[in-house]
Amino acid sequence: MTKVSLSLNGKPVSGKVEGRTLLADFLREGQGLTGTHIGCDTSQCGACLVHVNGDLVKSCTMFALEAEGCEVTTIEGVAAGDGTLSGIQDAFREHHGLQCGFCTPGMVMSTAELLKINPKPSEADIRDHLEGNICRCTGYHNIIKAIMAASGQDVSGIAAE
Amino acid sequence: MYNFEIEKPTTIDGAVAALASDEAQALAGGQTLIPTLKARLAAPEKLISLAGITALQGISTDKSGRVCIGAGVTHTGVTNEAAAYPALAALAGQIGDVAVRNRGTIGGSVANNDPSACYPAAVLASGAVVVTNTREIAADDFFDGMFTTALDEGEIVTQLRFPVPKQAAYVKFKQPASRFALVGVFVARFADGVRVAVTGASEEGVFRWSEAEKALSGDFSAKAIAGLSASADGLIGDAHGSPDYRAHLIGVLTARAVQAAG
Ligand SMILES: Cc1cc2nc3c(=O)[nH]c(=O)nc-3n(C[C@H](O)[C@H](O)[C@H](O)COP(=O)(O)OP(=O)(O)OC[C@H]3O[C@@H](n4cnc5c(N)ncnc54)[C@H](O)[C@@H]3O)c2cc1C
Ligand code: FES
Ligand code: FES
Repeated sequence: MTKVSLSLNGKPVSGKVEGRTLLADFLREGQGLTGTHIGCDTSQCGACLVHVNGDLVKSCTMFALEAEGCEVTTIEGVAAGDGTLSGIQDAFREHHGLQCGFCTPGMVMSTAELLKINPKPSEADIRDHLEGNICRCTGYHNIIKAIMAASGQDVSGIAAE
Repeated sequence: MYNFEIEKPTTIDGAVAALASDEAQALAGGQTLIPTLKARLAAPEKLISLAGITALQGISTDKSGRVCIGAGVTHTGVTNEAAAYPALAALAGQIGDVAVRNRGTIGGSVANNDPSACYPAAVLASGAVVVTNTREIAADDFFDGMFTTALDEGEIVTQLRFPVPKQAAYVKFKQPASRFALVGVFVARFADGVRVAVTGASEEGVFRWSEAEKALSGDFSAKAIAGLSASADGLIGDAHGSPDYRAHLIGVLTARAVQAAG
């Protein structure tokens, strides 16, 4: 076992891990932050997305030891301390961008990266960016709508589905 | 996954020394290696992470105008910073998804030589040079069949040097589940002729389509290859496409790449 230390949602944390411990497992089992979901464990679905030093990464496809010294943000670090939802989370709620919610942490983390690079994405930009996020429930329509709304675009003309 | 230790050297020499042991393997972005380890298709005792080696980072242009990319540059890095070779930057931006591009590296992709990977087509069509810790290998001598390259045990790719063509484009027909190329074609026109490299199609991995190269070197237009058809011999046949289907795609995508080449 090796010690790993990193900044997690703004707080310093450390723990003992094996070489093979995935960042996702360190977050879920080591730190009890179960908002990061493991949907596929084969690098395909995006439910496990987190930010490492500001970049979107699949925490099931990175070792905990590779995050040594890094700043890691998970879905638990997105809302304000008093539970007030972020603009993106609120738009997902408002526009019904989730059903079972399993994919949602990854969708929110992915959206945050998109809006950082491209503050007013078109529908095509959003679909392209969400290539690595799989949702089995919504058919994506309301996720796209929520992201357009979160980026301050008028979605009143887009039908609810 | 079987267990292993992770070492993180900061120099190329340090990595080469650590890789001298039989049971050690290089870890770059892990976007191929970690799924492989999970499937227990590899069982190294030690992973040597290349992520801490600054000498593997950076993109520059050398005296002969070649775009030189450190093996540790991520696909996102190439997308954003290889502006001197737009067709290559565009290829990098089509790999997998954002998160894969944020971690996966050009060196890892080239060393892995997946028969459906994108970069091998760019390396071969550009006539790039693969630089390692011991030597320089011409693209035509580097790819040695599916998942096989000219690299020796413990040898690491340090840089890729790409001559920049006058016109070039990569067109990929995506396998929608894996996002790899079902077939991908990279066309590059240089002053002295055209090179066409095909990925995703052959059991032997990336290859050059010499008939198309000849026709396009005389007349760089989609018309010039309209009568040509690639042979289905030795092409991959799987649930996603038969060898004949892939052979057909090679012709279609080559024509599209010629049209797209700016
Ligand atoms: C969902 C998904 C979609 C993908 N889609 C595509 C796609 O569309 N097109 C595509 O081309 N690829 C695709 N990939 C693969 C991706 O591009 C990988 O990043 C790449 O193939 C391997 O690079 P890596 O840095 O992650 O290497 P790793 O996974 O770390 O290593 C791969 C292999 O190369 C060796 N290696 C790594 N670096 C070096 C080096 N410098 N010298 C010598 N050996 C080295 C390792 O030991 C290992 O054997 C996809 C992957 C995933 C998970
Ligand atoms: S659990 Fe990581 S991509 Fe699906
Ligand atoms: S809301 Fe159920 S998987 Fe997306």
